[in-house]
Amino acid sequence: MDTSNRVRERRATSPVVEINKDLVAASSTPIVLAILAEGDSYGYAILQRVREVSGGRMEWTDGMLYPVLHRLERLGHVEARWEVAESGRRRKYYRITPGGRAQLAEERRQWHMVDATLRGIWRGLSLAVPAGQPASAALPQNGD
Amino acid sequence: MPAPGHVVSLEDQIDRWRSYLRRRQAIHSVDVAELEDHLREQVAALVEAGLATDEAFLVAVKRMGALDALSREFAQEHADRLWKQLVVVPADSGGPGVRARTDAIVAFSLAVAAAGLVKAPALFGIQLDQDVGFYARNGSLFVLPLLTGYFAWKRRLHTGTLRWLAVAFFAACVFANVYPFASRGSTEALTALHLPIALSLAVGIAYAGGRWSQVAGRMDFIRFSGEVFIYYVLIALGGGVLTALMAMTFRAIGIVIETFFQSWLLPCGAAGAVLVASWLVEAKQSVIENMAPVLTRLFTPLFAAVLVTFLGTVLWTGRGVAIERDVLIGFDLLLVVVLGLLLYSVSARDPRSPAGAFDVLQVTLVVSALLADTVALWAIAARVSEFGFSPNRVAALGENVILLVNLAWSAALYLRFLRGRGSFTDLERWQTNYIPVYAAWAAMVVIVFPPLFRYI
Repeated sequence: MDTSNRVRERRATSPVVEINKDLVAASSTPIVLAILAEGDSYGYAILQRVREVSGGRMEWTDGMLYPVLHRLERLGHVEARWEVAESGRRRKYYRITPGGRAQLAEERRQWHMVDATLRGIWRGLSLAVPAGQPASAALPQNGD
Repeated sequence: MPAPGHVVSLEDQIDRWRSYLRRRQAIHSVDVAELEDHLREQVAALVEAGLATDEAFLVAVKRMGALDALSREFAQEHADRLWKQLVVVPADSGGPGVRARTDAIVAFSLAVAAAGLVKAPALFGIQLDQDVGFYARNGSLFVLPLLTGYFAWKRRLHTGTLRWLAVAFFAACVFANVYPFASRGSTEALTALHLPIALSLAVGIAYAGGRWSQVAGRMDFIRFSGEVFIYYVLIALGGGVLTALMAMTFRAIGIVIETFFQSWLLPCGAAGAVLVASWLVEAKQSVIENMAPVLTRLFTPLFAAVLVTFLGTVLWTGRGVAIERDVLIGFDLLLVVVLGLLLYSVSARDPRSPAGAFDVLQVTLVVSALLADTVALWAIAARVSEFGFSPNRVAALGENVILLVNLAWSAALYLRFLRGRGSFTDLERWQTNYIPVYAAWAAMVVIVFPPLFRYI
């Protein structure tokens, strides 16, 4: 029992930021491609990495990652292969393709532009908007 | 450390979760495997963090997301999967794939055998274009035994049932061939027409595979027959296009294929297509919506409108039904169509759902068909002595009576259901119990009519 409390506590100290659906959909491609650019990986590990990088503040519904991976596979940005993991189970690994790397570079350029634009606007608004607002809080941190 | 009992229950839970996922069209079994790997990893991590196994499972499933939303996401990414549901021979290796492949191989081998059987009499000097009578009488015997054999193999029929089916086919063979039919006579034509109807009972028994005594088993055969009919028509249309193109291209190089078409392609194709159509219906049974009920939905209102207008016109103008030679056969066909519309919509209806507008329409259709048929019968009865009793007329009259009885009692049961006094199951039971009546009548026409009418 105390362990589940601990889990809850950990969550409480770093609140999960609700990111709206469109933003999740838009950001999932560069995030997944960037993680795969670090090295081949599989679904669960990719999600772990997302949690790790965002400090546990970005939560995807686990299942939703897979349609994203399948879309990237269809577009040729990643390729998949089945391997037997050390656990003895068959596991589907994904690897980024050269096309995927090009796509990642392109995405990165675009996100930088969006980020820069937003930063400019936030600066203009100065302190008028409280920093706690979900979307504005999430974006710059993830962009870095 | 989780206790062994916990491990078993986790496997059970995962099994159940997997079966829920499998039911989603958009999520294929490879995806289920991928998601399962994820789920297990997640559970393992949570257990490591100190959660109990069942707790960990619940958290992991929750994190996976709602099944509906997940399935929607998969459907969006794999839109094609909502269409391409019928993979005739699945690429997946493993149990079901292998079985489907064996099934396909057996069905196609039998189709080839049927095609060969059609041409086998040529070895004994019986030619398709000269011995039309022989082929007409025996047409169903080239195909239906093989079809029955296919289902006997698939459903692993008991040898007892098999023996009876063999006896039925042997008897059919005898009655089709021992009578000294007059060449191109009516009784020969009647045998040719009624033998397949009688033998379809044997196919049905083999199809139901031990469930023939149950309403559900016979209802499945009704569903099957409707689908086979539709698939057969589709295959025939495709065959027509193929032959037309073949004739055209070969004519372009100065070769006429008409004889090949008439004595090989058409008869062999027609025989083989029955088996292929049956196999297709079997293969797609659980993956594609049945077509026959869809067509009945479409045509029931139209037929009802036509019949009501017909009756209205008869009443308004006072016109009698002109009695010509074939009018009875025409009305038989009308009843058959109406019965088909009734039967296939009954076969697709959930017996538990309450009566709706479509049910009222259905009753209207049946009642107006009954009235129209009564008008015709009335006109015929008045002059029946003038015409005399030819075998065709007696057969048509018998069929009319059989269909009339069926539809009249169906209408009564349906009305009772509409008024909330009976259940829809009564109608189902009536329809499925009635199947042997058609077969019995058809068998009687085959066995009794030729001697009765002196083989004319």
